[in-house]
Amino acid sequence: MTSSPSTPTAQPAIEFASVRKDYLSHGEAVPAVKSLDLAIAQGEFFSLLGPSGCGKTTTMRMIAGFEDPTAGKVFLAGKDVTGVAPNKRDVNMVFQSYALFPHLTVQQNVAFGLERKKVGKSDIKRRVGEMLEIVSLTGMERRQPREMSGGQQQRVALARALVNHPRALLLDEPLGALDLKLRQQMQIELKRIQREVGITFVYVTHDQGEALTMSDRIAVMNSGLIEQLGSPRDIYERPATRFVAGFIGTSNIIDGRVSWSDQGYAVLEKGPGERVVVPVPAGVAVGRDIEVSVRPEKIDLHRTLPGNVNGSLLSGTVTEVVYHGTSTNYTVATTAGSDFVVFDQNAHDAEDVASRGERVFLTWAPQHSYPIGV
Amino acid sequence: MNGRRVLHIYTWVLIAWLILPISVMILFGFNNPSGRYNQTWQGFTFKWYKDVFALEALTEALVTSLIVAVLTALIAGALGTGIGYALGRFRFRGSGGLNLLMFAAISSPELVMGSSLLSLFVSMGVSPGVVTITIAHVMFSVSFVAIVVRARVMTLDRSLEEAAADLGATGWSTFWKVIFPIILPAVASGVMLAFALSIDDFVITNFTAGTTETFPLWIWGATRVGLPPQVNVMGTMIFAAGVLFAVVANLRSRSKRKVAAAA
Repeated sequence: MTSSPSTPTAQPAIEFASVRKDYLSHGEAVPAVKSLDLAIAQGEFFSLLGPSGCGKTTTMRMIAGFEDPTAGKVFLAGKDVTGVAPNKRDVNMVFQSYALFPHLTVQQNVAFGLERKKVGKSDIKRRVGEMLEIVSLTGMERRQPREMSGGQQQRVALARALVNHPRALLLDEPLGALDLKLRQQMQIELKRIQREVGITFVYVTHDQGEALTMSDRIAVMNSGLIEQLGSPRDIYERPATRFVAGFIGTSNIIDGRVSWSDQGYAVLEKGPGERVVVPVPAGVAVGRDIEVSVRPEKIDLHRTLPGNVNGSLLSGTVTEVVYHGTSTNYTVATTAGSDFVVFDQNAHDAEDVASRGERVFLTWAPQHSYPIGV
Repeated sequence: MNGRRVLHIYTWVLIAWLILPISVMILFGFNNPSGRYNQTWQGFTFKWYKDVFALEALTEALVTSLIVAVLTALIAGALGTGIGYALGRFRFRGSGGLNLLMFAAISSPELVMGSSLLSLFVSMGVSPGVVTITIAHVMFSVSFVAIVVRARVMTLDRSLEEAAADLGATGWSTFWKVIFPIILPAVASGVMLAFALSIDDFVITNFTAGTTETFPLWIWGATRVGLPPQVNVMGTMIFAAGVLFAVVANLRSRSKRKVAAAA
């Protein structure tokens, strides 16, 4: 399989070594990327995920060569490319606006890079044809970009970059301009194309769903730093920081002091009979203040006090009920937090739904709690 | 009278206002005056069209004007495109000053520019003629080209240049393969503007021409003794060429749009 990261001994496709990037704003240096050490493996689908202004686009532009680091070095395939001009770098980019050349046909757009490299005419024709087939645009060679839909233009941009067999393909929020249906379609398409061509994809997005769906690994960025780097599952199930827990999906964060611990679990007492149980590494002492995160879909909501609870138990009052079709979302005011969110799958009878103001009990298994930053 | 009617009348009055002088010019190219003055309608004739180049001095003046206008359009087009691109795309030391200079060149009175050019040429010992006229014309028309091109460049998606660079294009090929074809309509209108400004310029030309006569200078000289109808014919031809150009350009862009709409 070409999409999985290569063996650790292989040379990374892209490397950042202690990179910092400052922008000048009114004569003052404002850091866009504060400190970045990162290695992206050959053939990996790697996402840079974060809110706007987190430094993800700057990071990508430093790979492409549109920005130079203020400090540190960038390597492509082991070669130091810091300060090397964009047209001398073996990477290609899909721009957010697509940046298709409006005066050229699809064929001419896709051939642009190969022509710059002085590839032979017949080779260009063959490679452009092959690439248009991969992105399902065969037969549209003579069209002009303005005669095509957004989704089609997106594919042209993709083909124009990929046809050069770059060492890495950089995608800057490429699906941002498409509607939801098309976006979901293109997510699957992108993943398929990446498998087919086996090229490293670096994907910049602020859409956590997109990143989770497509990536082999995700770097979650915030304020110019990587908050967490890991597989989609890692990042979702075990957020390393409060920011990641909040940014990726919905999390309930519980602050508390360890009341007692036993066999790798810490217990935070939250009132008579109420507690939060969380697995912790050895050495988390009694009396320590910790943050615990739990995902809304892991929580069970009961209308009567359940017996024999093995794990966390909190009581509270329902403040909001929102029906979502496949699930019902509750907001519950509890002793451990005033706005606890619970997603309840609508698998049971319709009448068995708690209503606003009702007293309810929340339970979840010990392994579904996750300590942040411990 | 309702508003719609008022608008109708207003529109036709405006059109008549614009077209009337031109129609008179065209009409009197077909007049058959008995004396020197082509000012009252005497009868219809084609003879001025047949003898359009019969007045040697007038023909020579027209040729001079055309040469100057073509040279001006080309030189001002090339320089203005470069300046407009630089101003629209980059911030550099002196870009603010250059911007200001462009507008100053447009807004300064022709009399001032013409007389100062004359003293400049005289003090430098340059003998006036086609060269000095062309230099003067390039000087005042380059700003128009630069401003038209700059406006177009400023609306260009910056990532087009980045995309070209990303695909391996040098600065040179990025300009010629991507930027220039896209801004070509703006460059073309700048060039046409320079041509139009040059071919009928009187004031500055008068200062810088010396004994050389251009089309407008010859006409000015001839008004005292009566304008020959050939002037109307030549004027009509220049006007017709302009109209033809506009119509062709319009049709071309319309057919392009149709192709786009049909797809």
